[in-house]
Amino acid sequence: MIAELGHFALILAAFVALFQAVVPFIGAARGWTGWMAAAVPAATAQFLLTAGSFAALTHAFVTSDFSLKLVVENSHSLKPMLYKVSGVWGNHEGSMLLWVLILTLFGALCAWFGSDLPPGLKARVLAVQAMIAAAFFAFILFTSNPFLRLARPPMDGQDLNPLLQDPGLAFHPPFLYLGYVGLSLTFSFAVAALIEGRVDAAWGRWVRPWTLVSWMFLTVGIALGSWWAYYELGWGGFWFWDPVENASFMPWLITAALLHCAIVVEKRESLKTWTILLAILAFGFSLIGTFIVRSGVITSVHAFANDPERGVFILAILAVFMGGALTLFAARAGAMTSKGVFGLVSRESALVANNLLLAVACFVVFIGTIWPLVAELLFGRKLTVGAPFFNAAFTPFMIALAVILPVGAVLPWKRGRAGRAAAQLATAAALAEAAGLLAYAVQSGRSALAPAGIALGTWLVLGALRDLWLRTGRGEARLRRLAHLPRADWGKAVAHAGLGVTFIGIAAMTAWQVEDIRVARIGDRFEVAGYGISLDAVEDTRGPNYYTTMATMTVWDGDRPLATLHPEKRVYPVAQMPTTEAAIDNGIWRDFYLVIGDPQQGGGYAVRTYVKPFANWIWAGAIIMALGGLLSLTDRRFRVAAGAPRQRPVRPVAAE
Amino acid sequence: MTGMRVLIAAALIALAGPVLAVQPDEMLADPALEARARELSKELRCLVCRNESIDESNADLARDLRILVRERLLAGDGDAEVIAFVTDRYGEYVLLRPQKTGVNLILWGAGPVLLILGAGIGLAHQRRNRLSRETPPEELSTAEAARLRAILQDRDP
Repeated sequence: MIAELGHFALILAAFVALFQAVVPFIGAARGWTGWMAAAVPAATAQFLLTAGSFAALTHAFVTSDFSLKLVVENSHSLKPMLYKVSGVWGNHEGSMLLWVLILTLFGALCAWFGSDLPPGLKARVLAVQAMIAAAFFAFILFTSNPFLRLARPPMDGQDLNPLLQDPGLAFHPPFLYLGYVGLSLTFSFAVAALIEGRVDAAWGRWVRPWTLVSWMFLTVGIALGSWWAYYELGWGGFWFWDPVENASFMPWLITAALLHCAIVVEKRESLKTWTILLAILAFGFSLIGTFIVRSGVITSVHAFANDPERGVFILAILAVFMGGALTLFAARAGAMTSKGVFGLVSRESALVANNLLLAVACFVVFIGTIWPLVAELLFGRKLTVGAPFFNAAFTPFMIALAVILPVGAVLPWKRGRAGRAAAQLATAAALAEAAGLLAYAVQSGRSALAPAGIALGTWLVLGALRDLWLRTGRGEARLRRLAHLPRADWGKAVAHAGLGVTFIGIAAMTAWQVEDIRVARIGDRFEVAGYGISLDAVEDTRGPNYYTTMATMTVWDGDRPLATLHPEKRVYPVAQMPTTEAAIDNGIWRDFYLVIGDPQQGGGYAVRTYVKPFANWIWAGAIIMALGGLLSLTDRRFRVAAGAPRQRPVRPVAAE
Repeated sequence: MTGMRVLIAAALIALAGPVLAVQPDEMLADPALEARARELSKELRCLVCRNESIDESNADLARDLRILVRERLLAGDGDAEVIAFVTDRYGEYVLLRPQKTGVNLILWGAGPVLLILGAGIGLAHQRRNRLSRETPPEELSTAEAARLRAILQDRDP
């Protein structure tokens, strides 16, 4: 009964979306206030209905209602409660429902907090948002209905993929979707602006918070996924250049570019057409991501079981929305006149360089992801594009970005002097070089990767600190002024420093990790990278829905035990799948990463040991980046823009 | 309790494949050769997996390929020869780093070409903007100045 209510709510939500796509749109065109205002209650109703539908599906999972096909295929009565809940989105149908839930949530948020938006713009934004929602409601209802019943319910379910039964992965999809889908609102803003034919500083100020929110969630979502891969896949890699990972990384790169050029629109009223184009492309890439994950056209480790019909449907959605928006763009882009003029050496130019590097990097990832498909369809070459390609073709752009970032951050708007910026950053550059040399001295004759990465990372961190300090002006009371700087300044510095931390982590871990593979017997002790490792015991036990072979191992620094760890090898009998559960001792400077393998003929177990220096810096940096975004989001000008009194409308004034 | 143990044993026998990628028994005694084998393994795709290198994969076929790579190394092959040996047998599909030949040049060249193109467009745009808005109109030449004076004084030159 509850499932049917959920299904019914979903259908109703689809009709509300249709209403919201049409009525406010006509209202905005004709200037009918009542029709425009209808968008707000419609957005609220759409969200509440979708939330009800989602709650109904969650109820079915939590109560293990095996009359629902989806629950049978993805759940089991013995599964821990956390994974019963996360099982709701651990499959194609449920995750699409979460997708539209977030889509309608963003629409509703815009309706609730957008009281300061001009009524016409708001009506159009919500109408475009509802068009996207209507398309996805149709997709779910016609190809991926999560509420299908079974005529003969089985006694128990087939369990969730054991790899997904993990806290990191339980929260990875919601974060990622919040990011992906948040971009729909940026897209709606861009399309609405094109229809109105006006982009100004105020528009930039409204769009930027939503872009920031999307980017933050994408950052956290990608970091969670990468962290999960690190500890779950059994050998401690953190990024695989898998099509599905790329699907989330491309929108991240484009959104990072969008964030930066929206600043130029907001502060300098320049780069408008480019910003609009990026806003369209960002959502385009998130749709392409959805297509890649769900169509099965490009196979990947963790694509959902997929079928061509769904792929075609998503491709049609992609074609309609991208085709429509880009046509509109071509017709209207000429109307966007830029006001701010800038010199070759200026903050604007640096941000253009940032945008260029990020956009090209994104394109490299894109072409690498689809190239196997293109090469096979058009040229008859069956080939693979894997990690070695991406490492070689993508990394140079990131290095260039890191080199110019601190310089661009201290350059003034309009016109700067390169010599002045160089003088301001001389100390940071010298210290970064010293850090690189130190790293080179410590490692004695290995590749240049780690010293270079560490120098770049240090350069980013120190450059961010220097930038912050420069913002405090001259003379007395600089420290006090530091505390009173706008939060956006703090956010900028923190996010840039976070990028530096990630750089250091990636370089140090990739270059300096030590691996040891051997057969160890119980009681054996061996040396890895100067630490002692002992295999103390191995026992077979069982968990709630799996069997496990669990080892007890100790890490020693000489005679002093540093950590006792329990790597496991699990077998999930229902899903018929073995998994490795590495045991990790996390540290700031290094991780110990232990994996237990099969018993060997002639006694003993295969054991893998890794010492991974600076591993946690990779994800710590990502979290710091997201925190920077959060700081920026709480900046006064956004709060003012969000909650400003109505009698003081934000007019399209130049930012100068 | 014994029942459970039997069950566990049965489950393990029935389900457990090799879980670690590189197994201790595959490894070469010579650390330098083994290190080369590992690097080469990262360039080769496990043919039955989805986007995994044979270095990461747990599949039997990946293990066979890893052993093949090591055999070739023991036979004295250079890195390029090993790659060529494997490519001859399995096709270019096995390469994780696509060859830089034929249409693949589009793939490899796309990034740099786009960067140069974008930088060019950006510079041209910036130059045009500056020229059209900021530079003051050029000084008049003497002839133009004379003509202007003439016009202002409403008199033919």
